[in-house]
Amino acid sequence: MEISNDIQMPIFMQVSEKLTDAIFTGAFAEETQIPSTTEISMTYKINPATVLKGMNLLVDQGLIYKRRGVGMFVKQGARERIKTMRNEDFSEKFIKPLLDEAKKLDLSAEDLHKLIDKEMSDEARA
Amino acid sequence: MKLELKGLTKRFKDVTALDNVDLCLEKPGIYGLLGRNGAGKTTMLNIITARISASEGTVTLDGEPVFDSDSKLGCMHLMSEVNYLDTDLRFKEAVAYAKQSYGDKFDSDSAMRYAHAFKLEGSKKLGKLSTGYKSIYKCCLALAMDTEFVFFDEPVLGLDANHRDLFYRLLLDSYQRKEKVVVISTHLIEEAASMLEHFIIIASGRILMNLDSEQMSSYATAVSGPRDAVEALATRHSVISRVSLGGLETAYIKGIVETDDPKLSVCAVDPQRLFIELTRNEEERV
Repeated sequence: MEISNDIQMPIFMQVSEKLTDAIFTGAFAEETQIPSTTEISMTYKINPATVLKGMNLLVDQGLIYKRRGVGMFVKQGARERIKTMRNEDFSEKFIKPLLDEAKKLDLSAEDLHKLIDKEMSDEARA
Repeated sequence: MKLELKGLTKRFKDVTALDNVDLCLEKPGIYGLLGRNGAGKTTMLNIITARISASEGTVTLDGEPVFDSDSKLGCMHLMSEVNYLDTDLRFKEAVAYAKQSYGDKFDSDSAMRYAHAFKLEGSKKLGKLSTGYKSIYKCCLALAMDTEFVFFDEPVLGLDANHRDLFYRLLLDSYQRKEKVVVISTHLIEEAASMLEHFIIIASGRILMNLDSEQMSSYATAVSGPRDAVEALATRHSVISRVSLGGLETAYIKGIVETDDPKLSVCAVDPQRLFIELTRNEEERV
């Protein structure tokens, strides 16, 4: 994971995104402890207050919870939750920018459908 | 504990190194002190820690003058390039000496742990170390300080990329071991930016900006595109600087700027770029 100063996304959001990704891919399994603020802060050289802010986003989204005196744990069902959230964001994050660029290039809906079909069949063959 | 600089001015023969500086440091955190060569960073840190005296103005801790007060000075530590340590001192001896002078405000175990991580030879005299290791020696001592204020003046000067990376990580370890006001002056803004909660920028002896990291990231927007489109937008805003490449122009504009013009691309400005645009000289526009 690389944290970038090239701030199109604030660092605390990058932190929350990376942690979410780690949960989604199973690197941080459900009901297991995630690394501490100190560990994350030192590994990626980020201010601990920023790390905490990123972690709190995950708490708010119900993905992690605190066990007093132990640390943060991944909630049961967190992966499924992330999948739902990502499905909800899919249009906003991927389809909208695609349509914006298509508009600039005068691509019709039909052109787009063809392109998607072609990519999908190429990928299936590979 | 509250450190306050009021009307701080320092004149050397024909140069004013610090010009009427007011600054207050109180909340624990990691502060970046940024400025170009000769901006006054070192002078400021030297006056705060009473290594040199001010021409005018005061430095106080909780309202009391720092100068000539051993108890106040014991709340601060400055790591700098200039050597005030005996060059015959071995690291192990320096640790014992620091423990003796700072007591509870120095963590010997951490000092040894940091030195081990850097592979610093504890039995070698300071004067016999390479430039990089001289800095590391002083960094390890400063990182083990639990004084309320720790100042680092160009701590990574002469350190290789791995050692700089290690220093930053240990700085975070040091800060999380005991929260304090850590001020780090550096030219390597890009490397340090993600650790900094606060940016203090000084130019020509004055405080140019004093912002937290969130204010810093929303301080300016870079707008690029065909010159006329950029200019049309720029005239309605305050422009920090402009860079052009043929008909393509980028304007660094104060504040957050939004536009519907599809020919323009808009992006946030990272701290190092912002610093460069704010402190660029006319002569440097080549």
